[in-house]
Amino acid sequence: MGEFSQIVLLFISTVLVNNFILVRFLGICPFLGVSKQIETAFSMGLATTFVMTLTAAATWLINTFILEAFNLPFLRYVAFIIVIASLVQFVEMFIKKTSPVLYKALGIFLPLITTNCAIMGLALLIPLNGYSFIASVVFGFGAGVGFTLAIVLMAGLRENLEFGDVPQALKGVPITLIIAGILALSFMGFAGMISV
Amino acid sequence: MSPIYLYSLISMGGIAALLAAGLGYASHHFQVEQDPRVGKVEDVLPGANCGACGYAGCEAFAEAVVNGEAPVGGCPVGGDNVSTDIADIMGKDSESSDKVIAELICGGGIKETKKEGKYRGIQTCKAAHQVNGGEKVCQYSCLGFGDCESVCPFDAIEMGENGLPIINPDKCTGCGKCIEECPRNILLLAPYEAKTHIRCSSHNTGKVVRKTCEVGCIACGLCAKACPVDAIEIKDNLAVIDYDKCTGCGKCSEVCPTGTIDFDGQIIEKVEINDNCVGCTLCAKACPVDAIEGELKVQHEIIQDKCIQCGKCYEACNVSAVDLFYKENQ
Repeated sequence: MGEFSQIVLLFISTVLVNNFILVRFLGICPFLGVSKQIETAFSMGLATTFVMTLTAAATWLINTFILEAFNLPFLRYVAFIIVIASLVQFVEMFIKKTSPVLYKALGIFLPLITTNCAIMGLALLIPLNGYSFIASVVFGFGAGVGFTLAIVLMAGLRENLEFGDVPQALKGVPITLIIAGILALSFMGFAGMISV
Repeated sequence: MSPIYLYSLISMGGIAALLAAGLGYASHHFQVEQDPRVGKVEDVLPGANCGACGYAGCEAFAEAVVNGEAPVGGCPVGGDNVSTDIADIMGKDSESSDKVIAELICGGGIKETKKEGKYRGIQTCKAAHQVNGGEKVCQYSCLGFGDCESVCPFDAIEMGENGLPIINPDKCTGCGKCIEECPRNILLLAPYEAKTHIRCSSHNTGKVVRKTCEVGCIACGLCAKACPVDAIEIKDNLAVIDYDKCTGCGKCSEVCPTGTIDFDGQIIEKVEINDNCVGCTLCAKACPVDAIEGELKVQHEIIQDKCIQCGKCYEACNVSAVDLFYKENQ
């Protein structure tokens, strides 16, 4: 297999087969918290994709040129946290200055995902899987797209649920968790489709 | 020192220093030029982000004020103090924000009302209202469990000994939460300045009211007749006051046979204009019944037959030329 098809497969497997939310169960907090409306869910997804792609690139660089070069893998957690947090801060300021429209759309979500476990998980999975720089960026982008897919699907389901006749005892959080479980179950169907 | 410590320190310190420098540079370089008044206005606002002004929060309101889209007195929670402060920042005169507060339109406490049976259910107004309407016979009365007290975010409502909520007019911001909460709909927003309140919501006929409550409105209509500005109307067996028209003269409370009408003020017996008058016509403009006559720059006079003793001219006068004579032994 050529390198390009490898990358495409990696992308698809990250979006569907190893979906961050529904298969790896990372980022459950925004998945349940910001999935009441498709519109906000999509904005959240966009912001997450953005941060994930950036994180993948930044952490790969830090990991390869600093942590591995000096043989300090135990510092990954600390290093990644400060890098991700400052990066998001920086991007937030940059967007605020350059594009108020984009800031209005993403602004409130950016700080929300800075400390999300999906981002941290992504940063830690990259050295674990030993991806190259390009593969890492694609992995990060794919993880973001997968996150967006899952959260938008969930929001669509929950929007329809508003009109459903839910038994009293299951209203609210319980039915949401059940739906999340069924959604995760259906994503299990992708397992084994691609093995990278 | 083993190299691993050294490397750790150098690499982490280096990363942190680099990021700190980057962020410091960014915060300086990417700073969005914002009108400094926005921050100042935001500082004087209550900061509760309650949205009572119609904007998304205190920051949005502050921005709207600075852009001239919102009035300086647009914060109903902050009251006059805040609007004066904002006016100072904006260099404008503050317009009174027409503060409104919640008023209870029921006077039937434990003492005044007749009861039937005993209510032992869940001790909230909502529950009692759903079951059978609590203990009091009157189905329009205050239930007295204090749902309004618990929902009030400003501690402005306290349940009194007589089982009725007592609203602290200075703490009340007119947010309307209690009004939404009250299952009996016996709270309403009234102007802070209003002195006269008809404290009954019962649409029962006079006969029924007489049997159930000592202070209920029996819809006799005396107040409506006594009102010189037609601010009271009898609607469906209940006297209803129009706060926009009411001048606060208190005549209605004098004639009310059941004491339903609450008047907080002094009743004026006579109004006169003295020699201080400079003929500015402010009083004549303020008079709701055109009882003041006089040419511009000439001392004005009150036509006593028309005068309803509301005292509006006294409030309007800038040179203390209006004398009020109050009735004694109120």
